[in-house]
Amino acid sequence: MAIEVRIPTILRNLTDDAKVVEGSGATLGELFTDLDSRHPGIAERLVENGKLRRFINVYLNDEDVRFVGGLDAKLSDGDNVTVLPAVAGGSR
Amino acid sequence: MLRIDRSIYDQIVAHARRDHPDEACGVVAGPEGSDRPERFIEMLNAERSPTFYRFDSIEQLKVWRGMDDRDEEPVVIYHSHTATEAYPSRTDIAYASEPGAHYVLVSTREPETVEFRSYRIVDGEVTEEPVEITGGDGGH
Repeated sequence: MAIEVRIPTILRNLTDDAKVVEGSGATLGELFTDLDSRHPGIAERLVENGKLRRFINVYLNDEDVRFVGGLDAKLSDGDNVTVLPAVAGGSR
Repeated sequence: MLRIDRSIYDQIVAHARRDHPDEACGVVAGPEGSDRPERFIEMLNAERSPTFYRFDSIEQLKVWRGMDDRDEEPVVIYHSHTATEAYPSRTDIAYASEPGAHYVLVSTREPETVEFRSYRIVDGEVTEEPVEITGGDGGH
């Protein structure tokens, strides 16, 4: 079951500069575990204390996964996942 | 050094003024590797806050896709501070995630004076850089 994952610039040092990698898993959490077995360190950049990091956006087929179950979001063959760091800040 | 066209500079400042007292934010895209900010893209501040900004996640995906399709990258990422100086805050530094981008800060605390400054933010390290305004009416 292949899921295409788009990797942002800031994480490409973990994927040998690949913009797109493939992985598998029944849920988003499993997919990240699978990616981490080939790209060690990547899961830690995406997940913290069992939850998606607050300033990382993950999209499943163009939906923000926060609205479709977060790490428990169900995946199917041919889905695509995009990771983008949030652009955020503030004056404090 | 950030080189930016007068018309884009003006659009960034106008956006910051218009959204005051909330923080305004956006991107200027340019061809990958060119370091030329050419396509001005105003973004929503999903927080609609005077002290915080965050790109709306779905709008961000669309804009980043659009850049990918055109072989562009975010050359400038800008936002405004509405009551403090145009210098990156601790939060700005903590969340900076585009090491190749020029981070532009505009302060709207003074209605008559424009504060427009540019920085590189890499691994928590802030480096201010000069800003050169090009083209336009040459009125400088």
